[in-house]
Amino acid sequence: MSACLDIHHLSAVLPNGQRVLRSVSLTVQPGEVRALVGESGAGKTMIGKAVLGVLPKSVRIVEGEMLIEGEDLGRLDAKARRTLIGARTALIPQDPLTALNPSRRIGPQMTDRLVRILGWSGERADSRIGQLLDEVQIRDPERVLRCYPHELSGGMRQRVLIAAAFAAEPRLIVADEPTTALDVTVQKQILRLIAQLQRDHGTAILFVTHDLGVVAKISQKVSVLYAGKVVEEAGTADLFAAPQHPYTRALMAATPRYTDPYASLKPVDEAVLAGLAAEIAASDRDWRPAHG
Amino acid sequence: MDEARIARRSLSPRLWLAGGWLVLALLAAVFAPLVAPQDPLAQDLMLERLPPFWLDGAEPGYWLGTDSLGRDLLSRLIFGGRIAFIVAFAAATSACLLGSTLGLIAGYLGGWADRMISRIVDVWMAFPPVLFAILLVAVLGTGLSSVIIAIAVIDWTRFCRVIRAEAMSQARMDYVESARIAGYGRIGIMLREVLPNVLPSVVALLSLEMGIAVIVEAILSFVNLSIATDDPTWGGIIAEGRLSIHQAWWVLVFPLVTLILTVLSFSQFGEGLKARFDPVLR
Repeated sequence: MSACLDIHHLSAVLPNGQRVLRSVSLTVQPGEVRALVGESGAGKTMIGKAVLGVLPKSVRIVEGEMLIEGEDLGRLDAKARRTLIGARTALIPQDPLTALNPSRRIGPQMTDRLVRILGWSGERADSRIGQLLDEVQIRDPERVLRCYPHELSGGMRQRVLIAAAFAAEPRLIVADEPTTALDVTVQKQILRLIAQLQRDHGTAILFVTHDLGVVAKISQKVSVLYAGKVVEEAGTADLFAAPQHPYTRALMAATPRYTDPYASLKPVDEAVLAGLAAEIAASDRDWRPAHG
Repeated sequence: MDEARIARRSLSPRLWLAGGWLVLALLAAVFAPLVAPQDPLAQDLMLERLPPFWLDGAEPGYWLGTDSLGRDLLSRLIFGGRIAFIVAFAAATSACLLGSTLGLIAGYLGGWADRMISRIVDVWMAFPPVLFAILLVAVLGTGLSSVIIAIAVIDWTRFCRVIRAEAMSQARMDYVESARIAGYGRIGIMLREVLPNVLPSVVALLSLEMGIAVIVEAILSFVNLSIATDDPTWGGIIAEGRLSIHQAWWVLVFPLVTLILTVLSFSQFGEGLKARFDPVLR
């Protein structure tokens, strides 16, 4: 059985030639949650966007391949690629405040995709959305469906977006820091919901986050990213038990702990960063883009 | 939130006053033959330059007085409103459709489409609009449809620029990205995700443009380039009033006041509608 998502040696550059992804390889097996951790600017979101085919125009993929359930995105023409991505993937976005269209009611916004893109009947779409809203524990779905986005709280909107992501039974969901923009008290509920729905539906998730605490709670596998390069890859339990790469260890040490709330925050050690810089430079020296 | 809502509601006398004047003027124009107290074309040299009703020497039935040919000013204003409103609606709608469509395409698609449309807009806006209008009407020949075409051809750029800017900011929104991931085509995204969000601006601009169309029509009829018949137009009445300003100021002042009130109402009505249309402000 082929992996749900398979990325081989993916490299991308900016117009000035700077690499933003450095030969990234990772797989997500069906039903598995793969966390992508790293600091901001490490290229986590870029990988998600590359998979979903919505990279900014300035970023160019120069090498590597991406396969969704064995189908090579690079070999498909634009239309077939859009169809494949639309049918098999979905996104849980970072900021629920901007991810819903402010001038359309929630209901039509959610059912529209099922009806127009996937050709469902209106009735089937309605009942499906009703069921999903129930699963994300929205108590009065009728009212919510009639609301405009600004009439709902951030947490409610994120629930709506989660329901929408799962509605079409995608094989793979890219969750792009889905709890970052939320209140801390709401974060936990949302995380639990995503985990719950993921188990129930058997959906694979590429979970982008900078929060190791979130990684520990939700994922089975982790890829640690620095400057667009995967520096360590492991099972979540193994990673936390025995981090191999000095950067991973530094990240873990930098995570604030509830048990000692007055401890000062530890930045990543200078020596570790110097080591990383050397590693990146070495990989850039060896690198020749295959085409481009 | 609720207080903000109430504050916004209480602003809407603006909407009611502007809308009220427009409805009144529109109804008068539509039912002009029933409403107008006199025949707007009937000349009577015995009744020339009658003052408005509150001054000495006024005649009953000639509320706003008469011009130098003895024609009833109020009736001429009411009939002139017909031309003004036809031009306002037809010209503004055409300009709106043309400009908004191009603006949406330029703003959402970007790239060469944007560069091309934007350059055309730049060149277009380098022409002085009134001279451009006079030139166009001179080429097309006078008449109602020429006036409408001239205004639409000149003023679509106003819509294009605003809608382009709004569509550009919309194109960067997360919900547009989500729609792309879901597999919507460009046209689908423009119509479903972008258009509803720029609609409030389109409505406000449309209303503003109606006011501008009224002004341009008045300017064209002032220089005798609007419609060729004897039908009264506001600009035409102003032109006549200018000649007799020392003997009969009312022939100049009343059409000016009507024009200003109408144009002001159109712009205020548009702003009021925008506030109503916008679900976030609402």
